[in-house]
Amino acid sequence: MAATNIETWQSATVEQVVPVADGIARIVLEPSLPLKAEPGSHVDLMVEIDGEPVKRSYSVVESNHDGTRLVISVMKAPLSRGGSTFMHGLVPGQRLEITQPLQNFPLRVGARRYILLAGGIGITAIANMAAVLKRLKADYTLVYVGRSRSAMAYLAELSELHGERLEVHVDDEGSSLSVPALVGRADADTELYMCGPIRLMDAVRRTWVECELDLPNLRYETFGNSGWYDPEEFIVRVPKFDLEVTVPQGRSMLEALEDAGAEMMFDCRKGECGLCEVRITELSGAIDHRDVFYSERQQRLGTKMNCCVSRAVTSPTGSRSDAGAGPAVITIEPN
Amino acid sequence: MTVVATTSSTTNKVLPHPLNAWYVAGWDHEVTRKPMSRRIANRPVALYRTEDGKAVALADACWHRLAPLSMGKTMEKDTIQCPYHGIVYNSAGRCVSMPAQETINPSATVPSFPVVERYRYVWIWMGDPTLADPDLVPDMHQMTSDEWAGDGLTIHAACNFQLVLDNLMDLTHEEFVHSSTIGQEELSESDFVTVREGNKVTVTRWMHNIDAPPFWLKNMRDKFPGFEGKVDRWQIINFEAPSTISIDVGVAKAGTGAPEGDRSQGVNGFVMNTITPETDRSSHYFWAFMRNYALDSQLITTQLRDGVHGVFGEDEEMLMAQQAAIDANPDYEFYNLNIDSGGMWVRRILESMLAAEGRLAASA
Ligand SMILES: Cc1cc2nc3c(=O)[nH]c(=O)nc-3n(C[C@H](O)[C@H](O)[C@H](O)COP(=O)(O)OP(=O)(O)OC[C@H]3O[C@@H](n4cnc5c(N)ncnc54)[C@H](O)[C@@H]3O)c2cc1C
Ligand code: FES
Ligand code: FES
Ligand SMILES: [Fe+2]
Repeated sequence: MAATNIETWQSATVEQVVPVADGIARIVLEPSLPLKAEPGSHVDLMVEIDGEPVKRSYSVVESNHDGTRLVISVMKAPLSRGGSTFMHGLVPGQRLEITQPLQNFPLRVGARRYILLAGGIGITAIANMAAVLKRLKADYTLVYVGRSRSAMAYLAELSELHGERLEVHVDDEGSSLSVPALVGRADADTELYMCGPIRLMDAVRRTWVECELDLPNLRYETFGNSGWYDPEEFIVRVPKFDLEVTVPQGRSMLEALEDAGAEMMFDCRKGECGLCEVRITELSGAIDHRDVFYSERQQRLGTKMNCCVSRAVTSPTGSRSDAGAGPAVITIEPN
Repeated sequence: MTVVATTSSTTNKVLPHPLNAWYVAGWDHEVTRKPMSRRIANRPVALYRTEDGKAVALADACWHRLAPLSMGKTMEKDTIQCPYHGIVYNSAGRCVSMPAQETINPSATVPSFPVVERYRYVWIWMGDPTLADPDLVPDMHQMTSDEWAGDGLTIHAACNFQLVLDNLMDLTHEEFVHSSTIGQEELSESDFVTVREGNKVTVTRWMHNIDAPPFWLKNMRDKFPGFEGKVDRWQIINFEAPSTISIDVGVAKAGTGAPEGDRSQGVNGFVMNTITPETDRSSHYFWAFMRNYALDSQLITTQLRDGVHGVFGEDEEMLMAQQAAIDANPDYEFYNLNIDSGGMWVRRILESMLAAEGRLAASA
């Protein structure tokens, strides 16, 4: 087990930055403490936003056998706080603080069949897995979906490497993916690994459950906090601390409360552990649950939320046209 | 790359172990529905069998608070439950149930190691699982062949695994360590030939027209009642990386053509050894003695197993004392003699495996 979840920081030199699709840059890094990157692994690195160091994560698309050369690919994020813009501005020779490869999304060797599903920039987490499965002569299909070909990184290389095992679906060519048809191809011996937009992954997950497939065989990487709704500014009230805080679009509720001096409990800060849970006592608007800790039933109850990722929004449906006038207002009781 | 880089093995007293290789995790009968714990290559591993009887190896530390899974219990199908707060994992190491919440945390996994069952053993691959090719399991076919009978045991050796390999690659020590059973002075007097072929090393020694030492005299008499006289004796040591050594041993009535290939007038055994590093300074040493005569005699199986057990007890004592002396004399180096050529090739091979894993620097 080379890669772990223990962060070992090191410096890395930028060797190359080249565009590989609309808004996507391929960045080659030479780490000072090389470690081979397992399929599914990512690195954390420090970007600079308004002069402040901030942590961002990027999947390792490729690494050579001894990890002296790591390739990541970064999409310019819409509504970005600035991390991806910083990454696009890197120049060869520049130094970055990065971790050795970290592993949250391990590929299990030995499954009877594999389906790999990549949506858009999600290909970064999937490409290395596909390469390893090809080398192992495993039974796999790589399904790659995107809005338009020009926005899909590595299409030519992938089709060269995987031939008929690669299946491409492109929205603006009218060949969009049918999720039920995809999941319908899975059986009890199939493992499905996916990384892509939250709506795609939610649809797969729901169909997976409907088909009564084993949940542990459905593996996914979320690229952090993409929700069903666009983030909005909202107001949070905490009577216990006598606080009223505005959560701007570019900050989480947990961060905004911390900024205001509230001592909050948390751990993962990515919606997994449930430690940052707060109780909701009043709400004008709706909750955009972005965690994976609660079941759908618990999310629908709307009595608690994980404040590291989940937000309040005005629109009850999530569609912009339904958006209410003022900011949403939520009153909570922290733990 | 350079020749210079491969010479450090000559002074390496505590060699690290390659990870991209199959090691024996246990005898097949040791791995059951009741989980067991064994430290392998410095990592605690929980071993158990699924309802279908398949062997499973998981890291022996729960993802939650690192409680040993080996203290838990096996559940339905291929699962095991952590003894502390009840998280259930499947054979892939993935959480299938978290009792205290309605969902499953996507990060909840423990490492699962590839395993293969072969030659009465459960083999485990501790390194990069994408390289775990079952065809790389070292050959120990005598263990499961109809033409061979025998049994063995496990020694817990308090030394670096390479010291056990050194011991088995040079049998001149028999004259001194095993003088009452298999030792004789012709051992250190006779010539031997060392051949390296890829990841294998063979050391061949023939002793012509000698008296059979007590162990071999008894074996000859089991096959040829009342046997008296001189014998030709052979020891052909076969090493296969990372740590399996099968030794073709035997004696035949002197001058009946054994060196030329006719062993019908003799007795033949295979000492099967495979060494699993436990820590840098301790090893699980699995061995068996297989023979190709009197196949259906449990009496002889038991006598041979107990006899070899006694012989190997002498090695164990020496190895432990050697490791202690090594540790007590950190500023003294090894000196390598001509008799060490087999062991030196083994070191070279292991070192090239370590280099391929990028772990050679750690050994310097
Ligand atoms: C394990 C992992 C692997 C990843 N791999 C890759 C990769 O290979 N390639 C890649 O391009 N990206 C990857 N990401 C995403 C990446 O880390 C960054 O999140 C991404 O580059 C955007 O950063 P940013 O600062 O530009 O944008 P951000 O400001 O973080 O904005 C990104 C998106 O988040 C939303 N957002 C903005 N503010 C908030 C807020 N306060 N709360 C919640 N949501 C908000 C916006 O809608 C926006 O679309 C990965 C993330 C993870 C966790
Ligand atoms: S801190 Fe873990 S879910 Fe929020
Ligand atoms: S330590 Fe295993 S469930 Fe808590
Ligand atoms: Fe010995």
